[in-house]
Amino acid sequence: MIPTSWYLLLAAVLFATGAGGVLLRRNTLVILMCVELMMNAVNLTFVAFSHQLGSMTGQVFVFMIMTVAAVEAAVGLAILVELYRHVKSVNTDDFDSLKG
Amino acid sequence: MDFQVPSINLAIIAPVIIVLGGAILAMIVDLFVDKDKKSWAAWVAIITLLVALVQTAGMWGFSGGTFIPEGGTPMIVVDNYATFLNITLILTGILAVLISVGFLQRNGLDKPEYYMLLLFSLGGMMLMGMANDLILVFLALEVLSIPLYILSGFAWPRPESEEAAMKYFILGAFSSAIFVFGIALAYGATGTTSLPGIFAAIDVNEVLGLTAVAFLLVGFAFKVAAVPFHMWTPDVYEGAPTTVTAFMSVGAKVAGFAAMIRVFVTALAHLSDVWVGAIIILATLTLIVGNLLAIVQTNIKRMLAYSSIAHAGFILIAVAASYNNPNGVSAALFYMFAYLFTNLGAFAVVIAVEHKQGEGVMLDDYKGLAARHPWLSLAMAFMMLSLAGVPPTGGFSAKFYVFRTALESELGWLTVLGVVMSVVSAFYYLRVVFLMYMYEGETEVVTKRALKLGLGIAVVATFVLGLFPGTWFDLASQATLTTFQAFAGG
Repeated sequence: MIPTSWYLLLAAVLFATGAGGVLLRRNTLVILMCVELMMNAVNLTFVAFSHQLGSMTGQVFVFMIMTVAAVEAAVGLAILVELYRHVKSVNTDDFDSLKG
Repeated sequence: MDFQVPSINLAIIAPVIIVLGGAILAMIVDLFVDKDKKSWAAWVAIITLLVALVQTAGMWGFSGGTFIPEGGTPMIVVDNYATFLNITLILTGILAVLISVGFLQRNGLDKPEYYMLLLFSLGGMMLMGMANDLILVFLALEVLSIPLYILSGFAWPRPESEEAAMKYFILGAFSSAIFVFGIALAYGATGTTSLPGIFAAIDVNEVLGLTAVAFLLVGFAFKVAAVPFHMWTPDVYEGAPTTVTAFMSVGAKVAGFAAMIRVFVTALAHLSDVWVGAIIILATLTLIVGNLLAIVQTNIKRMLAYSSIAHAGFILIAVAASYNNPNGVSAALFYMFAYLFTNLGAFAVVIAVEHKQGEGVMLDDYKGLAARHPWLSLAMAFMMLSLAGVPPTGGFSAKFYVFRTALESELGWLTVLGVVMSVVSAFYYLRVVFLMYMYEGETEVVTKRALKLGLGIAVVATFVLGLFPGTWFDLASQATLTTFQAFAGG
């Protein structure tokens, strides 16, 4: 049997990949995918812990996170589509009308 | 591993049900109302909020929990802490609706969805203070955030508004992912997500628990806009419609601190050595960066954004003090209560001066306001003095209690830094007063009855909190004790 720590390590790597992507990438769609990757890394962590601890809470939490991720994706893409109509770009560098 | 239906007592969450029910009612009514009919949703929102306010006020002194799983602890609790925050948040909602009506009408934003989203968001904010389980904290955080993303972009097709929504969304989703990762680690460390369960099970020396604290803290710091997690704040506050900025500058901050204080002070009490140090660092950075960057702003919305960051720093001092001192929680509660009236009052004037969306938001537009609109200028001057913490205003009493508590908890140098930064903040707040009274200018101003009412309430409340802070601080003190007693036994 594969030990829990391997799952946790994989989840941590996925989470770090997602977080790195949000901070480094410039394409808004890629950033949205990276946020989803982070959320799914969290799901993996929850399921791994749930299995290890023999507790259902973690698995229930995963459903909550999936629902929230779906809602966030819907709202985020709607905002992006509306923004794209004006800026004609999904590159974050082009979103520059707000500056101090 | 089988499921039992949890014990449910809906009376406990009645205020939240009323607020969310009002939003759903408005959605249904919207189907039958003529599209040309304006602002009816504002009435629905105001009535809903007044009913919720009466209901919440009636729950003062009551404590109990609901959604209790078999053999577990309640997922939602109501105590004086939650009730005090609910009152704070509902008042925020009422003032936000009052100052919104005229602004939305003259900018063509007067859609019923605005008030529905505001109510939905408010429902999430109220749950933040009542949540006794990290699952619920996470869901409440999302219920409050997602309507705020939409509201930030409510002035579409204005590109600034859409851009603000996008930036808020990306950083908001990013921070909730970090936050929920913290919850996952806390779950792994303790085997539970309920706050009393975590309190009982957490091991002080385990790395997993400490990592969880770090992630949770980052998640909360994003929500309350503490430095170095504040990057989104100025852009979002500038780009979003000013009424939305007013609402979220108070509501999201209060809700963020509501959950933050409950989670750290109750569930993570054993780890206070770790998080107090981290919060002191956050408070130091927030006070310095927020106040210094506010000085160089030329746009009043950006200036108030940095000012709201700076005020998060003052509240963080109270949070840092709260680990060994129940007065820390009450000082934070009182600060947020005073901040609500002061900040929304200041924004009411900003909204009046912003006669057309995007115009009249520069500091130079305040030149000569006093000669043409003496009462409005007087109100603005009063709010600026309160934000700077000059007696006899609510802002002064709030800062006084925070500093006193910090001294009691032996956070001496943090108190000194707080006082120094209050003095620095007086510079940029008083500059607005100076511009209004010492220059000449021609700025158009639009004030509607609802806005005057909102501003009037804010001025009176700020004045009362400045003259008679004791009564309100006593209430805030009662709000902290119940939280501590409820968890004293684990």
